[in-house]
Amino acid sequence: MLRDFRTALAACLATFVISSAVYPAVVWAGARLLFPWRAQGSLIERADRTVVGSALVAQAFKSPRYFHPRPSAVDYKADAAGGSNLASTNPQLAELAASQAAGEGATADHPAPVDLVSRSGSGLDPDISVEAARFQVDRIAAARGGGASSIAALIDKHINVSGWILGAPPRVSVLELNLALDAKEADRE
Amino acid sequence: MDLTWIHPIWALGLPVALAVPLGLWMTRVLDPAPDREGRGLDAAAALVLRLIGRPRSTAMNWLEYGRAMLAFNLALFVITFALLWGQNHLPFNPDQKGSLTALGYKDSVGEQHDGADTAVIFNTVCSFVTNTNLQHYAGEQHLSYFSQFGSVMWLQFVTPACGLAVMLAVIRGLRGQRNLGDFWQDLIRSLLFVMLPLALVSALLLAATGVPMTFEGSAQATTLEGGSQTIARGPVAAFVAIKQLGTNGGGFFGPNSTHPFENPNPWSNLIEVVSLTLAPMASVLMFGRMLRERRHARVLFGVMMVMLLMGAGIVIATELQPNSAFHRPDVAVGANMEGKEVRFGPVATATWTAATSATSNGSVNGMFDSLNPLGGLVPMALMMINVDFSGVGSGFLNMLMFVIATVFIAGLMVGRTPEYLGRKIEAREVKLAMVAILIHPLVITCGTALFAATAWGSSTVANPGPHGFSEILYEFTSSAANNGSGFEGLSDNNPAWNTATGVVLLLGRFPALLLPLALAGSLAQKKQAPASLGTLPTDNFTFGMTLIGVVLLVGALSFMPAVVMGPVADSLSKGPAPAARAAAESRVSEPLVQVSKKYQRTLTDVSGDN
Repeated sequence: MLRDFRTALAACLATFVISSAVYPAVVWAGARLLFPWRAQGSLIERADRTVVGSALVAQAFKSPRYFHPRPSAVDYKADAAGGSNLASTNPQLAELAASQAAGEGATADHPAPVDLVSRSGSGLDPDISVEAARFQVDRIAAARGGGASSIAALIDKHINVSGWILGAPPRVSVLELNLALDAKEADRE
Repeated sequence: MDLTWIHPIWALGLPVALAVPLGLWMTRVLDPAPDREGRGLDAAAALVLRLIGRPRSTAMNWLEYGRAMLAFNLALFVITFALLWGQNHLPFNPDQKGSLTALGYKDSVGEQHDGADTAVIFNTVCSFVTNTNLQHYAGEQHLSYFSQFGSVMWLQFVTPACGLAVMLAVIRGLRGQRNLGDFWQDLIRSLLFVMLPLALVSALLLAATGVPMTFEGSAQATTLEGGSQTIARGPVAAFVAIKQLGTNGGGFFGPNSTHPFENPNPWSNLIEVVSLTLAPMASVLMFGRMLRERRHARVLFGVMMVMLLMGAGIVIATELQPNSAFHRPDVAVGANMEGKEVRFGPVATATWTAATSATSNGSVNGMFDSLNPLGGLVPMALMMINVDFSGVGSGFLNMLMFVIATVFIAGLMVGRTPEYLGRKIEAREVKLAMVAILIHPLVITCGTALFAATAWGSSTVANPGPHGFSEILYEFTSSAANNGSGFEGLSDNNPAWNTATGVVLLLGRFPALLLPLALAGSLAQKKQAPASLGTLPTDNFTFGMTLIGVVLLVGALSFMPAVVMGPVADSLSKGPAPAARAAAESRVSEPLVQVSKKYQRTLTDVSGDN
């Protein structure tokens, strides 16, 4: 019995070194060498090197001038992610759906796509469906004073179909789209 | 062209294709011929074994093997408990995470308490030592990087290796060997030759898709609208790889693989969903090769595959249906997207849901609490039967217990002496198998009854009505099945839940390893009789169908009453129609206020535990 425990402790030490020292060190070195930008969290920087956000993580957009991401159960806190965990039978979820649809200006004639009014699992979903982007075109055009058709063209340019062969839906990244919106406006000025 | 239907073919077909060569590889490296031991690649294992003071392999009977396994697990328990306890004094903590005991907790009436709750550490250690990965904390909020890769990830490597080791011993017993092998040798080989290489490949592939791998602290961003955002990151790629491969499932971040840093795009999702089922599938094929009973193994594989496909089919169908809360004129009709990510879509999330609950992995890429009611029933049912590929090594042992029960029942039905692989199944074996099978419904139903009847459970649910009951039932089922997923609305980080599920976790793991070991030890003593006309074949279609019948009748039927009270009642009470709801809202505001409070509580302690 005592011998078992002595071996157990030695085995703990050996397996710890293999799994928690050698392995992460190799993966870290490999990722740093091969994919340095991704390894750091795909951070997008401004010209002055301040960070705008991560290309993979949603951030809050409340202004009518920007495309809105999906609502977040954690208010886009990227250090405390989470979903709503509300059941379909919970009246709270129906209330949230109603206020969210109203907030996005949805009406029976202009219904909101369902992804734009439902909360993602992480609360940090960076993407919206192509329909959800097109749904917002008129509002953005009104707020920015540009033509609706040029904004619609911008959406078409940014549709991400990566993974279609795996059955992944086409989608657009909200941050990418909003950066493009600002860049286009800066060009015009 | 709409190709959404193709995802399940990738997600479930690719692991089958990869499991064939992996099963062959595992047989070669884990069960080498005596003259090849310690030579070639095996020299690496021999070196590690020499370092831990076991230069020569020892012949162990089932008791000695079980004792070595328990000693190792006890050592793991004590050491990781200490490491988690003292995480604020250990290195690799750039974001200065405090002690886990200072998290505080909510009591049964929902009041916040500061101060020590060691139960969360107890729960976490039980959860990771048992290969479950139920999480009552949220990784990015509460754990230092060292705790993530030094405690949690370490256990994510050694616990599947431990399960695989016990499986090897049981197979040797079924082969008629009185020497079940050397636990330490099996452990080190499983770790070095199966878990480690698979994880290395997967981690680098995940890093290529965009999963971060850094030891720097969280990033500070100034958003486009001028707000500030703290972006938690860390050594995620290494962690997620083994989390998926070792049927672990515990996320680096609270919401697990829904988080864009754990699962940034459809490609990472494919790597992860394939990793869910790969090792459990390959171990069934390894069983067939080691025993030279490949037809029998294929029948078992087929039975598991049929159940998995049925499960996946049902969730896909329910999740393509709209969520009833979004039945409104101003919302376009679409699939249930609450708790799901746009980059995966409903089909990929549903496929993952079936795969993760069948394999006792428990990682998620969408939130189960927000599945449509009958969709939520599927992961629960797959965990209740707990034999559908299930955990690495341990899952196969669960299935073996049902095989013994089936052989026994079938033998009784036709009036023959039950035999399995030529060895007589007698009272002792049937008792061992039935105890192993019955512990599972016993702890789930008793635990659920206790918590549903008291404030321990009823005050912690986040959703009203039958769904709240489902949350309690799910938590116990997930713990007993060593799965680790959850209906995460449940406020489960308090002493009552932490202690109760901690105990259930241990009861779900160690009897399920020791009882098959005892059974193998006893079968190994028996003489093998050559197959005759009187032998009931275990490698044909009839046996497969009988096995499914026994699994469903013995395994699933015990849960029928609980399931009716939870998800079935939930699906029948789809909530009032919008007009009726509005009227009800204006009439009674009192209960809705309570619900709102609960909802806020859910939001404040989103300890996304999966």
